[in-house]
Amino acid sequence: MRLLPRKLALDFMGRARHAMVLSGGLLVLSIGSLLFQGLNLGVDFEGGTLIEVGYPAPVELDEIRGQLEAAGFDRAVVQHFGSAQDVLVRIKPDDRPQSELSNQVLETLRGESQELQLRRVEYVGPQVGEELRDDGGLAMLYALGLILIYVALRFEYRFSFGAVIALIHDVILTIGFFSLTQIEFDLTVLAAILAVIGYSLNDTIVVFDRIRENFRALRRQSSTEVLNVSINQTLSRTLMTSLTTLLVLFALFFFGGEVIHAFSIALIVGVIIGTYSSIYVAGSSLLVLGVSGQDLDTTPTEDADARP
Amino acid sequence: MSSKANQYPWWKNLLVIGIPLIAALYAAPNLYPSDPSVQVSSSRVALGEAERKQVEQILKLKGLTHDQVEQEGEESLLIRFPDPEEQLKAADALRGALSDRFSVALHLAPATPGWLESLNAHPMNLGLDLRGGVHFLLEVDLDASIGKAYARHATDVRTLLREEEIRYRGVRVHGEEVHILARDEETLEQIEEVVKDNYFGTFDVTAGETEGQPTVIMRLTSTAHSDIRRNAISQNLITLRKRVNELGVAEPVIQQQGRTRIAVQLPGVQDTARAKEILGATATLEFRLVDEQSDPYLAAETGKVPLADELYYERDGNPVLLKRRVMLTGEHIIDASSGFDERGLPAVHITLDSDGARQFAKVTGENVKRLMGVVFIEQRSDTVVADGETRRITRETREVINVARIQEQLSKRFQITGLDTSREARNLALLLRAGALATPMYIVEERTVGPSLGQQNIELGALSVLIGFLLVMVFMALYYRLFGLVADLALIANLVLIVAAMSMIPGATLTLPGIAGIVLTVGMAVDANVLIFERIREELDNGNSPQASIQAGYSKALSTIADANITTLIAAIVLFAFGTGPIKGFAVTLSIGIVASMFTAIMGTRAIINRIYGTRRSPTLAV
Repeated sequence: MRLLPRKLALDFMGRARHAMVLSGGLLVLSIGSLLFQGLNLGVDFEGGTLIEVGYPAPVELDEIRGQLEAAGFDRAVVQHFGSAQDVLVRIKPDDRPQSELSNQVLETLRGESQELQLRRVEYVGPQVGEELRDDGGLAMLYALGLILIYVALRFEYRFSFGAVIALIHDVILTIGFFSLTQIEFDLTVLAAILAVIGYSLNDTIVVFDRIRENFRALRRQSSTEVLNVSINQTLSRTLMTSLTTLLVLFALFFFGGEVIHAFSIALIVGVIIGTYSSIYVAGSSLLVLGVSGQDLDTTPTEDADARP
Repeated sequence: MSSKANQYPWWKNLLVIGIPLIAALYAAPNLYPSDPSVQVSSSRVALGEAERKQVEQILKLKGLTHDQVEQEGEESLLIRFPDPEEQLKAADALRGALSDRFSVALHLAPATPGWLESLNAHPMNLGLDLRGGVHFLLEVDLDASIGKAYARHATDVRTLLREEEIRYRGVRVHGEEVHILARDEETLEQIEEVVKDNYFGTFDVTAGETEGQPTVIMRLTSTAHSDIRRNAISQNLITLRKRVNELGVAEPVIQQQGRTRIAVQLPGVQDTARAKEILGATATLEFRLVDEQSDPYLAAETGKVPLADELYYERDGNPVLLKRRVMLTGEHIIDASSGFDERGLPAVHITLDSDGARQFAKVTGENVKRLMGVVFIEQRSDTVVADGETRRITRETREVINVARIQEQLSKRFQITGLDTSREARNLALLLRAGALATPMYIVEERTVGPSLGQQNIELGALSVLIGFLLVMVFMALYYRLFGLVADLALIANLVLIVAAMSMIPGATLTLPGIAGIVLTVGMAVDANVLIFERIREELDNGNSPQASIQAGYSKALSTIADANITTLIAAIVLFAFGTGPIKGFAVTLSIGIVASMFTAIMGTRAIINRIYGTRRSPTLAV
């Protein structure tokens, strides 16, 4: 079985301009949304208290809001979580003794229904939230930096810029997606985005590897042609791997439960964007940066000799 | 390229068969469900035949069915039950009868068969998000403990100057300095000298001026400063351990995190309100004389305690009769540290403030050669349910942590000797400090997962792994036919390797994001095979012979696979370094999965492909 015909010669680089317009548009949209709307940060990053409780039967949210307001929790956000029996209560940090808050909320809700089941409490102090935010940002920068160095060592510095441009593109679009949809951004989403960095790079590296190989093999052809040939040759692999990864991610999305919903959404979006970027963005950025066969011949790689 | 046969040397084939088989062995304990059980333990005394009989009797009385009582090390007994209902009933019964002496904890004991256990094979550790429980992160308020130290010393300096009959205008704490305002230049020198003598090593003392007045300025030396910080953390760690023991939690984790924080993990704990109260208890100390005239064992047996005495128990359970009158309370202790006495035997050195020193000198002077006991008192508020109503009560536990003979009149600095080991000395010093110099802690993070959600997380996680796994296997088999089936075998081996590695690596914990990491790895592990198989197809399309195509497909894809996996590994390692708790679990499974896939997807599939096609002259490849 094959997804694509045997000899494929699609003109990807000819459409580089279209791709750039599309990417540019999406980037502007993402950054704009991030600037004006921001992210719907979860308890992990913003601090506050989150309580998930399970009722024996479906409940009305208004009733719960009433109970909480009567007890002085007027700013609590109440929503169903996964089913009508599950309720999530979120309270932003304020001047009350915070570590006691979850117990008070629970007591308030237990007042009438002793059947209430505590499913989850997450309390993050404002200071810890801030640290997690800083650490998260740092983690992403370190990951990008280390990858930049690795790719520069294995290939050439322009490849490494090309790879990192593609990565930053993917990260901004994925975070932008979360800003646009206002899906809650928590620690698991951050982990997913780091995994997307790893995944998308994986894709890009495979394409780059082929580009490097073809620059050596096809000396007479122009850079554009070499890039086109390389992307075509790796296309079925790129699509296959994305497909298998998406298969498991959809399994995770549909069967993994509410807690990792946002996580699987981040990965699904990231994998799709990563696949697109390794086909269009990584290659085009190499062209823009002006990579040609000569650059690679001057850089000695052990790779060429190691191959049988 | 020639179309020579593709054959692996025998040792590679052996690895390909051997490693997954061994892994399967070590992954096997995860197949056995764990037993609901109750653990009876004590951190102080060994449990033996007597306790075992007592436990059996209690359970028999209640008519509860249970497996044989198992001895776990010297300090704990384990009793397994057929279902959680029996387990809860038994725990209640055992708590009622034993909780004053032992800690009774609910536990899920792994039901690993003996032959696997003898190979050191254990099931994976499950994270709190999968088994349910509480995670607290406590911030130790070091600034408060430094501030307290300054305040304590300021009081001490006042007493000292009074005793030395030096007149001064005032002593005050100013930020991280103690200022002694002198009357004139002459007394300034006197003060400087006395203070330097008395606080050598603890304070840097300088004479100068503040706001135009002659002042002696005291600053904690950097060693004293870091000692206070270090002690604050270690004594809080030890008090937390002590309290968690009382909570009755099996396998608690209490460890320092970062410079000023302590992480506490209590698997299976649901009543977080109670846990918070117990963790937040405060401790104090009292020094009292021992009544050596009366028999404490008799008093303990008959309950008849002499009027002037109170009955206490030592940590090893022996009764002691102490005088009601308190010689000294803990707030007068400035410092307690473990070390050695003049003869090189383990000892605890105690420093009192001047006020305490005076009091203590008087009472010990009157009671030389008599025994003195140190009582550790813990107060905590607790919620109880009585007659269907929830009430808050304050409870106190008292315990004698040391009994020693007063050898001479004691004053500002003295030592407790007669300790058996330096470990014992360290523990005593820690307890003394914990009682005297408790540093406030507060909760900065809490994550609680109820048991129903934990169970649900496991089930959903397992389900999504299974479904994702099957989808990918079916897809690979359809798309690459025989080669796809071979990749499927590699995928199964990969999963077994991940589970085995997670079970074998000490400290590795499976969390919900960890399961997600496994799911993701399943999707990505086939990538190596996709790369190889696509390459083989290409080589075939280019008109190469089947054997040469297999050879070229594997070798050409190799460096690509390595590059691609190393970069993902970089992201995973960064995630591990920066992530906390469950997120670390994701990084761990992802990393293990990537490394394992390099073995299974490259070497594993090659070995099988070689077996199938390697010796044939010109096979038709089903790829």
